[in-house]
Amino acid sequence: MHSASAPSALPSVPSGASVRLAVKEISKTFPGVVANDRVTLDVRRGEVHALLGENGAGKTTLMNILYGIYQPDAGEIVIDGREVRVRSPRDAIAHGVGMVPQHFLLVRRHTVAENVALGLSGTRFLLPVRGVEMQINAFADRYGLRVDPHAAVWHLSISEQQRVEILKALLRGAEILILDEPTSVLTPQEATQLFGVLRRMKEEGKSVIFITHKLDEVLAAADRVTVMRKGRVIDTVPVGMASKPQLARMMVGHDVDFQLPARRPGTGAPALVVEDLWVQGDRGLPVVRGVSFVLHRQEILGIAGVAGNGQRELVEALTGLRRVERGRVTALDRDVSRWSPRTMSKMGVAHIPEERIRMGIVPPMSVTENAILRRYEEPPFSRGPLMDYVSATRFAQQLIVEYSIQTPSPRTPARLLSGGNIQKLILARELSHRPDLIIAAHPTYGLDVSTTDRIHRLLLQRRDDCAAVLLVSEDLDEIRALADRIGVMYGGELVAVVPAGTDRETVGLLMAGQRV
Amino acid sequence: MVAIFAAFIAAGGIFSAYGINPIHAYAVIAHDALVVPGAFPEIFRSTIPLLLTGVGLVLAFRAQFYNIGAEGQLLAGAVAATGVALFTPVRGPMTLPVMFAAGFVGGALWGLLPSLLKLRLNVNEVITTLMMNYIALYFVSWLVTGPWRGPSVRGFAYTDQFPAAAWLPLIPGTRIHWPTLALGVVLAAGCAVLLARTRLGFAIRVQGENPEAARYVGINALRTTLLVMLLSGGAAGLAGVGEVAGVHHKLLDPNQVSLGYGYTAIIVAWLARGQALATLITATLFGLIYSSGDVMQVSLQMPFRVTSVFNGLILFFLIGSERLLAYRVRWAPRPAPADPPAPAAAPHRPSGEEQWE
Repeated sequence: MHSASAPSALPSVPSGASVRLAVKEISKTFPGVVANDRVTLDVRRGEVHALLGENGAGKTTLMNILYGIYQPDAGEIVIDGREVRVRSPRDAIAHGVGMVPQHFLLVRRHTVAENVALGLSGTRFLLPVRGVEMQINAFADRYGLRVDPHAAVWHLSISEQQRVEILKALLRGAEILILDEPTSVLTPQEATQLFGVLRRMKEEGKSVIFITHKLDEVLAAADRVTVMRKGRVIDTVPVGMASKPQLARMMVGHDVDFQLPARRPGTGAPALVVEDLWVQGDRGLPVVRGVSFVLHRQEILGIAGVAGNGQRELVEALTGLRRVERGRVTALDRDVSRWSPRTMSKMGVAHIPEERIRMGIVPPMSVTENAILRRYEEPPFSRGPLMDYVSATRFAQQLIVEYSIQTPSPRTPARLLSGGNIQKLILARELSHRPDLIIAAHPTYGLDVSTTDRIHRLLLQRRDDCAAVLLVSEDLDEIRALADRIGVMYGGELVAVVPAGTDRETVGLLMAGQRV
Repeated sequence: MVAIFAAFIAAGGIFSAYGINPIHAYAVIAHDALVVPGAFPEIFRSTIPLLLTGVGLVLAFRAQFYNIGAEGQLLAGAVAATGVALFTPVRGPMTLPVMFAAGFVGGALWGLLPSLLKLRLNVNEVITTLMMNYIALYFVSWLVTGPWRGPSVRGFAYTDQFPAAAWLPLIPGTRIHWPTLALGVVLAAGCAVLLARTRLGFAIRVQGENPEAARYVGINALRTTLLVMLLSGGAAGLAGVGEVAGVHHKLLDPNQVSLGYGYTAIIVAWLARGQALATLITATLFGLIYSSGDVMQVSLQMPFRVTSVFNGLILFFLIGSERLLAYRVRWAPRPAPADPPAPAAAPHRPSGEEQWE
């Protein structure tokens, strides 16, 4: 398994025999940022080791070093008692390190078996896929990773694609498996299933490193947890001895208030009325099928559901980005079924898009230019055909202060901001005009605890200011924390609208398509 | 810059292949293209069409519309101007302005069809604009051998000479048709202002940098792309007017009307990296290369087409270096302290020295 390519056969390091992987004093600096500052941690055989930290804490950098994507500036990596240099992912695989990335790297048109065979060494030149299929089935049975080797990847659900990525790593002989934020795309039930798979791998003596910023998952799945903050390791503790507030404090650096402001009772007039809405997807098939609901002012309606059940198309139809095939949308007392995004926004509908970088901002343009993106053709930002960048900059500076967006200057290209600050910029832009209806898709996806909290409070504040909020999210905890009512989408239908207090399991079952 | 130097070195190889010492060749070129009296202004003769077309392309590229069809748009402009000069009763001081207007419209219309195909049917613009070049080329060939062949030119494949009112004035002692040059400079400046300071420019940049965001805020892609292509094609059309009215004074074989200006302008625009004003410099650089081509032909007896090779080399090295721009070049990574055969012997130069550009 271990290749002889590592030239440095240093005498084994005197650490416990059960240590499979030790990282010692790893440092990595990017221009202007110390991403990893003398990071030391060890992962044992047969252990699920959680790596907990906020975005930008250096978790992913560390894993990329382990997987050979980056080279450390200093420090050493010891695998099975031998110091190794991991120069490339190929080296990493040779040392038994496998990675399941956050964004899957699969060829969508190929079958599962073809994807797994791709780049697998030791496959036959002719018909390489046959042998792989048998291996897939064997591994799938062993770990409970059921997936049809003949299915084309684009037919698979996200959780199935994730299984394919895990199988890919296992078939390459991974003994140490790194999972980067694996549950962010899963339903609660699917996450539980994944934890089962991890447990089975652990029993076989494999080691799992599990990157996350969700405390509940650490407590549910890990044996030990290493907390990172600002590039440093704060501590490694056994999960059995850790509590949620304690981990949160280690992760954020100060106490975290898990309590959001209390709901104010009562709701206002209807702000958004959707009647029998039908919308087509990109392939021309109906993906929103007869959805009806009413959203009132002073109310947050959460839309839960696994990705790909029509939420994206629903949001696009409601914001004017996608054609309404059938049915009617009434927003703020006007029939907007045929309205364009521009008129919708002018009328007071804010849209926080699902893909913040692909849609929400123009990455190479400055923070200022992104701040006025919505209203660039209105005074004071433009007069006649000319733009007024002086008032635009003033406006941007105001948003930067008000929403505490961290940026070197308003002239910085938006792509240089962190994900959280990009999202704050989008929110600032969308909320600055005091919209009466806010349609927010995955507003905190992939963001750290503090930013998430900040965004939650902003949305709640707008609700209390008499706005209506439609919150589409895959994060059930987020929806349960914020929403006054929860709608669940499955297969393009709104299968149920339940009160906020409904327990996770019931909502989870609805998300999985079971009628309760 | 490094890319251009690399291209110069590679081109040196070509000179060697011709049996000419490359250093001698460059010396001759530098002398004959820059120092010899009357040679210097020659640079601007090809700079003019390159500037006009290049500015138009910068605009199109900023909107992420890959207009490869400047050559055809240029020819369309030349045809429209010729039509005005020879076949309309417009005479006197109005002739030239009308020719420029017609040339602009001609180039713009030539660019319109691919943009409509792209916007309505999502047909790839690279292919359509490229194909439109061939249509324009053969159309011009057909015109000058067929219906528009001049009755007074005894079977040569070109039109009659333009009336004097359709001749662009030159800077005395040179062959620079200055109205076109002035137009190019104004257009470059205008384009820079358009992109940086106007509402339309803002929309073009949003559309170009992130079409999804443009859709999200409701920027009309149809409108911006059409406007951009009108301007881009129109600018190339103006260049065509300059060539027939300023240089040839007739419409002739398409390969003589444009010495591949529409294609070279792609490199001009690419080198300018989306900055309209930068085309002033890049177009002049390529004007120099064109006039060196003349020198090579005359003084070194090399074929003029060598300039195309030269252009190709520069583009090749430029695109090749594109990815490298993101990196700083440093010598081998510092070896881990445990590695016994430490390649630390390699001198660790200060990293600034090896930066690209």
